Amino acid sequence: MSSPAVATRTGDAPIYSVRRRESLHILRGALKTFRGATGALLTLGVVGVAALGPLLAPHGGTDLLGAPFQKPGSDLPLGADELGRDVLSRVLYGGWELLLVAAAGTALGIVVGTAAGVVAAYVRGSADALIMRTVDVLLAFPQLVFVLLLVSVIGPKTWLLVVGVGLSHAPQVARVLRSAALDVSERDYVKAVEILGVPPGRVMRREVVPSLITPLMVETGLRMTYSIIIIAGLSFVGFGLQPPSPNWGLMINENRIGLTQNSWPVLAPALLVALLTVGLNMLTDAIARVALGVDRAERAIAAEALGAEPTVDVA
Amino acid sequence: MTSPSQPLAVVENLDVSLRSSGKPVLEDVSLSLARGEILGLVGESGSGKTTLGLAMLGHVRRGLSITAGRITFDGADLRTLPPARLRRLRGASMAYVPQDPATALNPLMKVGALLREVLTAHGRSKDEAQARVSEVLGEVGLPGSEELLSCFPHQLSGGQQQRFALAMAFACRPSLIVLDEPTTGLDVTTQRTVLDTVSNLCASYGVAAVYVSHDVAVVSGLAHRIAIMYAGRVIETGSTGEVFGRPMHPYTRGLLRAVPSPKVAGRLVAMEGVPPRPGARPQGCSFQPRCPVRIEACATVQPELLPTDDPDHLARCLLTQGTGSASTAAAFPRRGDLPGTTTRANGEALLAVRGLSARYGSTPVLEDIALAVRPNSCVAVVGESGSGKTTLARCITGLHTNWQGAIEYRDATLPAGVKTRGRDVLRSIQYVFQNPYASLNPRRTIGATIALPLLHFGGRRSWRELDAAVSDAMQSVALPFELAGRYPDQLSGGERQRVAIARALVVSPELLICDEVTSALDVSVQAATIELLRRLQQERDLAMLFITHNLALVRSIAQEVVVLQAGRIVESGSVEDVLERPRHAYTQRLVEHVPTLEPLLSS
Amino acid sequence: MATPEVARDDLVRLPASRTRSPWREIRALVARRVALGVVTLFLVTVVVFAATQVLPGNAAYAVLGHSATPQAISALEKEMGLDRSAVSQYWSWFSGLFQGDLGKSLANGEPVGSLIGPRLENSAFLVAVSGAIGTAIGVLLGLWAALRRDKPIDHVLSVTLLALTSLPEFVVGIVLVLVFASVLFHVLPAVAVLSPGQAPWDAPKLLILPTATLVIVTVPYLFRMVRAATIEALESEYVEMARLNGLSPLRVLVRHALPNAIAPTIQVIGLNFLYLAGGIVVVEFVFNYPGIGQGLVNAVSDRDIPIIQFTVLVLAAFYVFMNIVTDVIALLATPRRLFR
Repeated sequence: MSSPAVATRTGDAPIYSVRRRESLHILRGALKTFRGATGALLTLGVVGVAALGPLLAPHGGTDLLGAPFQKPGSDLPLGADELGRDVLSRVLYGGWELLLVAAAGTALGIVVGTAAGVVAAYVRGSADALIMRTVDVLLAFPQLVFVLLLVSVIGPKTWLLVVGVGLSHAPQVARVLRSAALDVSERDYVKAVEILGVPPGRVMRREVVPSLITPLMVETGLRMTYSIIIIAGLSFVGFGLQPPSPNWGLMINENRIGLTQNSWPVLAPALLVALLTVGLNMLTDAIARVALGVDRAERAIAAEALGAEPTVDVA
Repeated sequence: MTSPSQPLAVVENLDVSLRSSGKPVLEDVSLSLARGEILGLVGESGSGKTTLGLAMLGHVRRGLSITAGRITFDGADLRTLPPARLRRLRGASMAYVPQDPATALNPLMKVGALLREVLTAHGRSKDEAQARVSEVLGEVGLPGSEELLSCFPHQLSGGQQQRFALAMAFACRPSLIVLDEPTTGLDVTTQRTVLDTVSNLCASYGVAAVYVSHDVAVVSGLAHRIAIMYAGRVIETGSTGEVFGRPMHPYTRGLLRAVPSPKVAGRLVAMEGVPPRPGARPQGCSFQPRCPVRIEACATVQPELLPTDDPDHLARCLLTQGTGSASTAAAFPRRGDLPGTTTRANGEALLAVRGLSARYGSTPVLEDIALAVRPNSCVAVVGESGSGKTTLARCITGLHTNWQGAIEYRDATLPAGVKTRGRDVLRSIQYVFQNPYASLNPRRTIGATIALPLLHFGGRRSWRELDAAVSDAMQSVALPFELAGRYPDQLSGGERQRVAIARALVVSPELLICDEVTSALDVSVQAATIELLRRLQQERDLAMLFITHNLALVRSIAQEVVVLQAGRIVESGSVEDVLERPRHAYTQRLVEHVPTLEPLLSS
Repeated sequence: MATPEVARDDLVRLPASRTRSPWREIRALVARRVALGVVTLFLVTVVVFAATQVLPGNAAYAVLGHSATPQAISALEKEMGLDRSAVSQYWSWFSGLFQGDLGKSLANGEPVGSLIGPRLENSAFLVAVSGAIGTAIGVLLGLWAALRRDKPIDHVLSVTLLALTSLPEFVVGIVLVLVFASVLFHVLPAVAVLSPGQAPWDAPKLLILPTATLVIVTVPYLFRMVRAATIEALESEYVEMARLNGLSPLRVLVRHALPNAIAPTIQVIGLNFLYLAGGIVVVEFVFNYPGIGQGLVNAVSDRDIPIIQFTVLVLAAFYVFMNIVTDVIALLATPRRLFR
């Protein structure tokens, strides 16, 4: 089937378009709610700090400029950390790598998980069984533990962090997307196209996948939040992003000793991580509510957030 | 307490609105119900009939609130009654029979416990309750055995569940029962028995009932009085014989002309337009935009519910106040007859099914099915749920492949599955699904949906060609081309079904299979759809296989009919023969139990 | 009074399986789940083994470091059995597990079992206490909020708990330490180090902050689910029916609404314990609590492979076990599946 992407007739709306920019639609709706607006604000704020921080940092992240745990003063607004480095600068440098690795891991997890879930749902049979068994096995590992396991032998390499986090997300994403795709495949409008003799691949691409926007958006939001928590947590225990390059998780741990002398090296990054995760979660929540309606969104997220077998939540 | 001669329940000037937006759902509703009287509350979806039925029990659904008016039961004002007193009345003096007992019965409680609970909550002792449980189950025709009582609701069949709901309602011997479309989804025979039970129990115990329904024929056999609802108001009320025999309000007249009948082969006539949604009700009379006899005053003046030529027969129409309906009769001519039902006897069968037996897994669903469809004729397949009629459709269209037997199409064997069929065959057989709310991709525009089969079978086309083809298709189903850019959720159910029909017809098939295509639609919309299909079938020389459970519809669209029971064909022949002289016991039962309006309709 | 005659057979026919007891369903489910669980665990052992001993990055190098002499490396390889094929290595390890030989810690030569045993006890206690408290608080709050739906207190609770749920455990832990143990107040200990041989229940003050951390992070999940499930039950048609039958509000709540909110809640309670099992890794690290989480982190930095392997296996086994238990309880709470 050769189907035109968009056809515009003089002045009229495109009537042959298949998609209708649904994700933007949902996003806009979410931003109008309190949760969505607050969440977006917090998220963008912290992302801004992380992305622009390196350009605004007054000093280098590894320069020794003061006494260990020196209190905040005029030259070091947040004081110094355990080695005498400028806390403010380290905080400004410490976000982008965390975000990048988390985003990469999330992307990997979503792509792999979605592909696995949709194929399992549409092809069924032995492919489905194989994928779901793999999902079961991988889900038996808590996410942090899984990445720790991988890191234990190979070492905390950045690429391994990305792969590990991605692989730890993939099973749950696969479960959710498979459940949603199964539901969509049974619907009459998909059968209406099958009846014409359209091959399964095309049916999957044009009829099933576009209907998966809602679970995809919600999953991306949830997974991104967890990615940040895991990478920051791993860095905190020392097996994530490595010193001496600053990152927020690491900073929180290495400056614990001097908590009573200068709490800023712990508090500042902790605050930023907290605001980011809270913001992302609120935004995801708002998106789910707009797409599914408040009640269904509550049920769906409440179960799924802990890793439950998903109830169908396709709009 | 009121005396026996005073009405049991009275509603005065009731207004019910949406809590969030204030949009009115019921406006200025007044009616009264005498003891032992059965009132039929008739209306299409959105008319507010269920809301009114519940309001008579002093209850509104979440999201609604009563903003004005009085509801009286046995002299007590339900709105000002203290909650404890209201609870004492509910279940004991006034009861409710839900539309869907499957969801209205607590899935975690055994049915015996549910029934006993209602009795003990209203003062019966354990022993009294036990005795009454057996008694009332017997009254509704269910066995009072321990076996039944220890079942969970999901273990009972649909008919059993509905009877059980009746038993719960009648248990405490109430004086008022509100029944909310209780026979929806039930087989015709089960429906008949439930209606008989209701009628008997009400008569025996002098129970007043409010029967909410959209099905005019069902109500006509049961109710003493009728109230017709439209757009949140009562627009006509009177005795059943009066309202259905001499309808006054133009809407009532239109509604009656849209009701199909198994006895009379008549063209179904639909009303233009759709009922207004709450908040979008027009100025003046709410029906006026669709009314064929409206006058100027109708657009500005809201008519009151006033007597017509019979003081007991009230109508909310400026044209009928104090007068009879003669003035408006001219706009409602008798239903036209259908053109001759002779098929082209010399036509070869386009589709021939022989010895078809189908299974789902290891369960047999169809046994030895044989039928033939000729070009320019419509064969109806009638069966109740579980008869296998949808499976038959799926076998023919290639969605279901687990069958044996022979299907021949255009004199060649039809391969079993969609994957194995040639393009031309796929194009030539088209299918319209039952649920218009699910058969259109919500993320595709109407134009794209209709164009899809064209593009699939026809390859590349220029925009102009596509536009022309889509425009033609939409025109043939009476949809304006400007809807092509909209999405399904912006269209009504009837419009969506038309889009589905247009999509099926855009590639000029030779065989069209319609699977319960009007089950999800209101009566007047159903009438329009059936008429549309009939007209299209004749204009395009289509062969049509029309699957339905509604025997009455068959008369208005098909020439031949096949009756399915539990996977087998029990009778087949011309529509006239089978419906007027049924031979098989099952067919006879079906024909006998289909509710009809005939006794009441005037000529 | 005449009873309707038609279609009597429909009315008297009850599901044939009425004579079947529910135990069949339960046994069937348990058998299925246990079988599946065994297979899953087996595959888990394969994954664990592959990750630690077969992947690139020679395990011996990992233990000794790159500056080790080739002789030391090959000696350790022989001792670890790395010169044999992957399958035979796996088999000897696996069969060892079954016989109770869990190997020896590479860091100090002690048998793995005696090292992990007490840690397991400590972690189990922490998880049990946090889980119990968290469940109690989450369920009660969730119920309360459901009954006050859409009132201001419900909104406040929901948004606050939404915020809390997204915080990483270590952030919560650090903030608690900051507030209660070091900077603002000094009422609670900043670390929860147990003396060797001391049982956790003998030192409750030490456990307050770690438990509080875990509770704060997990209560929101429970709250949300209980609230959603209860609201759904309260707005169901069978509850409306019960009200229309004149039953008292208390009876409607207790007999009709709540029982229907149990099944989804059970599932989330089980999952909560699983989440806790993963969360203790970071929390034990923050508070220096001698549980298997801290043991795992230490083992990773020491490259103590047998300890890593066994710890991960224990966690996975816990996951499989909890899933089976949750599924069975959910089945027991659903007559629709139990009695067909």
